[in-house]
Amino acid sequence: MTSAAATLSSPEHAVESSAPSRVAELQARIRSMQATKLDSKLIPTHPAIAGLLPGGGLQQGAAYSVDSSAMLLMTLLAAPSAAGSWCAVVGVPEFGVEAAGHFGIDLDRLVLVPRPAEQWLAVTAAVADVMSVVVTRPPKRATDSSIARLAARLRQRGTTLLVLGNWPQTEAMLSLSQSTWHGIGDGHGHLSSREVTITVTSRMTGRPRSTRLWLPDSGAVVRRSDTRVDDTRRYGT
Amino acid sequence: MRWEPPRVALLWCPDWPVTAAAQSAKVLVDAPIALISGGIVHASSAAARVEGIRRGLRLREAQAMHPDLVVLDYDAALDNRAFEPIITALEALVPGVQVLRPGLCAVQVRGAARYYGGELPAGLFLTGRADDEGAGGARVGIADGIFTADQAARRTGAQGNDRVHVVQTGHSADFLAPLGIGLLDDQQGPVGAAAIVTLLRRLGIRTLGDFAGLPADDVTSRFGPPGARLHALASGRDSWPVTPRTPPQDLDVMIDFEPALDRVDQVAFGVRAMAERFILDVTAAKLVCTAIRVELDSDSGELSERVWLHPRSFTPGDVVDRVRWQLQGSGEVGLSSGITRVRVSPEAVDAIGNHESGLWGQGPDERIHHGLSRVQSMLGHGAVLMPGVGGGRTLHERQQFVAWGDRLVGDRPAGQPWPGQLPTPLPGTVFSPRHPVHVFSRTGAAVAVDERGALSAPPVSFSATGTQARTLTAWAGPWPIDERWWSEDATSSWRFQAVDDTGCAWLLVLDAGGWWAEARYD
Repeated sequence: MTSAAATLSSPEHAVESSAPSRVAELQARIRSMQATKLDSKLIPTHPAIAGLLPGGGLQQGAAYSVDSSAMLLMTLLAAPSAAGSWCAVVGVPEFGVEAAGHFGIDLDRLVLVPRPAEQWLAVTAAVADVMSVVVTRPPKRATDSSIARLAARLRQRGTTLLVLGNWPQTEAMLSLSQSTWHGIGDGHGHLSSREVTITVTSRMTGRPRSTRLWLPDSGAVVRRSDTRVDDTRRYGT
Repeated sequence: MRWEPPRVALLWCPDWPVTAAAQSAKVLVDAPIALISGGIVHASSAAARVEGIRRGLRLREAQAMHPDLVVLDYDAALDNRAFEPIITALEALVPGVQVLRPGLCAVQVRGAARYYGGELPAGLFLTGRADDEGAGGARVGIADGIFTADQAARRTGAQGNDRVHVVQTGHSADFLAPLGIGLLDDQQGPVGAAAIVTLLRRLGIRTLGDFAGLPADDVTSRFGPPGARLHALASGRDSWPVTPRTPPQDLDVMIDFEPALDRVDQVAFGVRAMAERFILDVTAAKLVCTAIRVELDSDSGELSERVWLHPRSFTPGDVVDRVRWQLQGSGEVGLSSGITRVRVSPEAVDAIGNHESGLWGQGPDERIHHGLSRVQSMLGHGAVLMPGVGGGRTLHERQQFVAWGDRLVGDRPAGQPWPGQLPTPLPGTVFSPRHPVHVFSRTGAAVAVDERGALSAPPVSFSATGTQARTLTAWAGPWPIDERWWSEDATSSWRFQAVDDTGCAWLLVLDAGGWWAEARYD
């Protein structure tokens, strides 16, 4: 009886204070019911982006579609690479190596397969067997059956796949918009920092989540920006 | 019992480094050749010496003396490798060969002299055998001890019986007496020989005979053991016997194809058994192979040669893969006809104990190597790359790639200051090759930069060939790069950063070939 009284004693106050956490809890339950796999482990993810992703970070064995932005890609690779994982980049011959080093990717644990040509899917699968994070850019649409085979392989090995371009059955889609460069003027200065809006679209969360990001700021650090996302311009309510 | 000096025959191939390099580069030995090591002439052929090109000269000076000079790189490993067949051939004739350095080896001559009926015939036989193996013009000196034999070999002629100089037993001291004291200051002398020889010169001792005339006890008490050794050499009492080398086990394997094979998979199949045998032999010698040299002979006489490294150690499958990659990648070597011979030799070996896999396996690295090797066998050796950052000013120069398993060789360290580098942040996308673009001013004319760095007009838009023009919202530049203005491959270009109306930033370069989009900040 005492416990019931305690819970009933301040119902209004309790509900009000914990409403956001309750929503989050319910969303998590919905997610776990909708998830295609059981308890997936997270790999280290950049804190500025982790919060937007379903599950709170990049998951092992999942595929993500990333807008073709090398800096966003490098930001995603930097955290697992710094934590000791091996990363591979398949089919991206223009991957800027020195920039990757500046973003915090350990070049000693980075492997490039710049031109897999026709065998890109087989190469991606072979590399996914041994690497923790694999980036690939499909030169053309793969058949559904081969994608399903690759997805099964990723789940089995716990490899995270980042796809530059469209990919069916992704965990989430990361895209950039409203990019603003600072430090450069009309004939003077130089590129020093950039603010972008990053939008994560996922089947799990329904509504796309966006935030403003310094990618990078003038100190070459990627962090959340204080400015708010101008939602109306992009989604036009 | 009376002390018998060891009789030694010393085979000397004059200008061996030049002979070896000329054979490897398929140049006539008679041509004026200079071997260069670190910008300095290391060795020169007889024809070059006539022109005054000697060891120690700078390359520019040598080329100025003889404009048609054939310049080759000096490779110490090649010297040794090319001398190996000659040693093997000599070992087949006389037991016990000591290699002093490439081009110079000593043998015990007593048995051979008895067999061939005298020391002179034995010496002639040795020179004949060396000629057969491609060391033309080899000379032989026969005397008591290695030092005397070496001096005898230097006093031979180039033709017939003159090629062998025999100093009879007990006549060494007489032979050496008139020679200069400076000869002791050679590689064969003990440590400190140079200082002793300098001192002897100051004491007025000019010839070996003068030195040998000093009482041995006095020399020992004044100069210690090195002096005693030099004194023994000078008086022809070199007591050191020939210490024959242990012939190394021959681990090379070779397979001939008759008729020649012209398909890669046929050759790969053909070498499979050979690769198995190769690795079995290496393992039986308690070794593992960490680098192999693959030589492919084609029907039309071409030779494709390459060293392949392995981050761990070779297995038979790896060897077959390397042969296949070399065949596939022989585009640059240009094998135009069928393969007649494949030869695999170990370039670097290590004791097998250092490569024993642990009881619980080697952890993740082995897995990664297997996975990447699989990709390499699908796409070729150069398809899997490890990136690195080297020195340079342009983005292309700074990024370096090395195939998985190979060693990164960067001669330009990234750590040094490279004025003119791009400021951070660096572009994440570096186009390879660069895209040609057009950059327009407000009037639609192409933007140009004059030699003083002044723009003809501010750029307002740019377009890649065949695409829609992008309007520029901001730009900066031009930043000049003027590299190697003193040489023929001088490059001079202007760099710009530009932001288009979608918020995407570009690195544009203007050089003699026009405008290029070199990289994108995306």
